[in-house]
Amino acid sequence: MFSAFRNKELVLTVARQIAEISKGRSFKIMHVCGTHEWTITHSGIRDLLPREVKIVAGPGCPVCVTPGNEIDAVAGLSMREGVTVTTFGDLLRVPGNSTSLAEAKSRGGRIKVIYSVEDAIRMALERRGEEFVHFSIGFETTAPMTAVEVVKGLPENMSVFTSHKLIPPAMDFLLHAGVDIDGFICPGHVSTIIGVKPYQVLAETYRKPMVISGFEPLDVTMGILNIVRQKANQTHLVVNEYRRAVRDSGNERAVEMMHQAFEIRDSFWRGIGMIPRSGMGLKEEFRGFDAAARFGMKIEPEDRMPEGCSCGAVLKGDVAPEECPLFGKGCTPEHPVGPCMVSTEGTCAIVYKFAMPKK
Amino acid sequence: MEGDHAEVEIGGIRREASIALLLGEGVAIGDYVLIHTGYAISKVDEEEARAILATWREVMEAEREP
Repeated sequence: MFSAFRNKELVLTVARQIAEISKGRSFKIMHVCGTHEWTITHSGIRDLLPREVKIVAGPGCPVCVTPGNEIDAVAGLSMREGVTVTTFGDLLRVPGNSTSLAEAKSRGGRIKVIYSVEDAIRMALERRGEEFVHFSIGFETTAPMTAVEVVKGLPENMSVFTSHKLIPPAMDFLLHAGVDIDGFICPGHVSTIIGVKPYQVLAETYRKPMVISGFEPLDVTMGILNIVRQKANQTHLVVNEYRRAVRDSGNERAVEMMHQAFEIRDSFWRGIGMIPRSGMGLKEEFRGFDAAARFGMKIEPEDRMPEGCSCGAVLKGDVAPEECPLFGKGCTPEHPVGPCMVSTEGTCAIVYKFAMPKK
Repeated sequence: MEGDHAEVEIGGIRREASIALLLGEGVAIGDYVLIHTGYAISKVDEEEARAILATWREVMEAEREP
């Protein structure tokens, strides 16, 4: 049944309606999710839309906004005797300010790529004499997993280095800064956790329509149609177009777990800057599991991108990947310069993979 | 299903997933769930999916009428 969400005829039907409404007007819509960019680029959705409708990517790639100095600090930790760092695969090759986890690994650092935080727990239980540090990054979709395990209680020889970030404060930040867009496609997976409510205050304050979309081509085109239609009707509602997976109230248990484990903090987004109340760190009562405290790590916020890299502007939707002078020249997925070219959720990597003419 | 774990099938491959974040949502054997980094985060509502598809099929058919 779900394959029908990829049905070409249905998608084209929606695209025709978008074209009908957008005649004589122009629209710019932002999404904030690497998986949305994947669908849009992979399915060629930009080519189905009239020229007047532009879709830009915002800061929807978690590893891209993880500060370089945090990557450096965790890479350094992996070099310590008896310490193993666990992380998700797409963080491995992301360049920090001076090194990457992959580079640390090649120099003897102990880094294990895991699929689930439960893998890290299993490793820690099997090797009691060693220390395990999970580099826990990601948005509201990934934070609840770490939260639920922290609340249950981690093995004594395990701690977490958290760099979790929240999407609505980043949308707020961009809107407050006057980003020139007509509406947001809200991230489907994040929304399964947080539901509809966090977007409502933003839609109301900035008078921008926001539509929660799933990840199939039909989902994304339906989201675009809804925004275009709302813009034409001068409404600014939050609409849940991904009702098969997103309850309006979100996943209340997951949210409760995050509340129990984490406190909201200001957080530094690489390439963007400090965003108030946009991050989560372990609560005082779980400080025993905080790797930064356990290993005395000191990390000052500092914003650096590799020289010549436009990733910061790409993350804000100011610059399209193809407009970066390094794109496809000095910077490719095989030899990435900046974080946006590394991750499978990075806008540059996705555009390079699917949209570059094949030689 | 056992405790807060369940066997899931993703693209024909069976593996174990945590349902610790869906406790209280009444997940049952045979349900579709959305899995993220080894954890089920949402139960998929097949009725909603069918309803959306039916709506768009109607629109498509209507367009084809002369």
